[in-house]
Amino acid sequence: MKRLLHEFTKGITIENPTFGLILGLCPTLAVSTSLGNAIGMGAAATFVLVCSNTIVSSVRRIIPDRIRLPAFIVIIATFVTMCELIMKAYAPALDVSLGIFVPLIVVNCIIMARAEAFACKHGVGASILDGLGMGVGFTLGLCVIASVREILGAGSIAGKQLIPGFQPATVLILAPGALATLGLLIALSNLMKSKKSTCRACRKGGCG
Amino acid sequence: MPDKLIVSTSPHILGCDLTPKVMWSVIGALIPAAIASVIIFGMPSVKIMAVAVFTCVACEALIQKLTGRAVTIHDGSAALTGLLLAFNLSSNVPFWIPLVGGIFAIALVKHAFGGLGANVFNPALAARAFLLASWPTHMTAFTRPFAADAVTSATPLMMFKEGKVGTLVEMGISYWDLFLGRRGGCLGEVCIIALVCGAAYLLWKRYIWWQTPFSFILTTGSLCWIFGARGYFQGDFLFSILSGGLILGAFFMATDYVTTPLAHTGQVFFGVGCGVLTFLIRKFGGYPEGVSYSILIMNAFVPLIDRYVKPKIYGTAKAVKG
Repeated sequence: MKRLLHEFTKGITIENPTFGLILGLCPTLAVSTSLGNAIGMGAAATFVLVCSNTIVSSVRRIIPDRIRLPAFIVIIATFVTMCELIMKAYAPALDVSLGIFVPLIVVNCIIMARAEAFACKHGVGASILDGLGMGVGFTLGLCVIASVREILGAGSIAGKQLIPGFQPATVLILAPGALATLGLLIALSNLMKSKKSTCRACRKGGCG
Repeated sequence: MPDKLIVSTSPHILGCDLTPKVMWSVIGALIPAAIASVIIFGMPSVKIMAVAVFTCVACEALIQKLTGRAVTIHDGSAALTGLLLAFNLSSNVPFWIPLVGGIFAIALVKHAFGGLGANVFNPALAARAFLLASWPTHMTAFTRPFAADAVTSATPLMMFKEGKVGTLVEMGISYWDLFLGRRGGCLGEVCIIALVCGAAYLLWKRYIWWQTPFSFILTTGSLCWIFGARGYFQGDFLFSILSGGLILGAFFMATDYVTTPLAHTGQVFFGVGCGVLTFLIRKFGGYPEGVSYSILIMNAFVPLIDRYVKPKIYGTAKAVKG
């Protein structure tokens, strides 16, 4: 039970896709311009991730090893297409603002990485929890970046104006702002991690 | 420090030109231009320079205190960054523009990369690029010189870019105006004569070398002359040199020790690269002036230049290949 719980929480904390594994950076940089976009992208990726992990782990004994990557791609692409059609039908505004990055979930590194590194080696239950944890971690990472960028770069949060008269720094909404925000947040997360682990690492004798 | 035994690799000769002395000399060399900007643009200029310098120094002290490093605000490098940042601003920016710019320059461009000597990009210029991308309306509204109220006017290069006027006569200014600084523009870039005086002092003291600024200025001027707006070899060499931030950038920002090549040959490459980029941005880019971006872009190439262009080691037959 504890192990299963760990499969879920590791994606949010130590192996967070955005700040720990540094995976899936294209959507992270591209759609983190506003909190709404971040939540939409996070939800879509989580849906695809959980579904693809489920299917991959349940058919892992049937797929021949040599063609496993194409098989993963087909499975992932199926769910991305479903996700895209659902989004077009029920959330057209979100679909327009996410644009090309919805079909591009197919090539999101996190989903491929979890299929290859986790789902094809573990059972269905653990894979679902892993997918869910990674998806939630990815969503949270996106939301943190998007909040910083939207508050400072557009003066609003989830589309609502925060302080009237505040002149936002437009650059944070642009591409350089995405890279700078991501870099600083990764630095912050590494700082927190190193503060936490310094003593343990030193006792092991491995400070390098 | 002098009473301690210093163990280090060669060279062992310790000159007396330490960081504080050089930095304060550069600040001293910028004083004429600062005075000129106060004469030309009035009190707003004092306010902007004061806010920028104070922010940079305070920010540096705060960060060094927080990270437990020695506080080195006396060395003048933060004050110099602040002054150069103020020189890159228009005189009618609100007070929080130099404030935000100063924090960005010191905290993100300088100390996030490791502090003095470790920054890849020129802090003042990177802050200018950040401010220009964030608040373009504030950053591109220039005041007419010697105006009591803030009358906005375009810089000569802006008029040139719009293509409405081709010659100085049509703009209503002379070379003498450009030389003295009777034109719209950033605080520090307008008064060429003050900048040249400061630069001459630094060249004489050998705090800066002629390689970068001269190759930079000559490349920009020649290219603007060859590929002039009205045909080949019809461009205005003097106008292209005097009208923008070229003199300020070439002498005071492309010669920063940290973010430019070490070897003199490399400095020539750096200057030529800056000149070509400045010309390309002025001619084909979206902005009227490209000096700041060209220096920033070339800053990124400095490790590469330093790798391929190494000075000949004294006493050896051939320079050691990297």
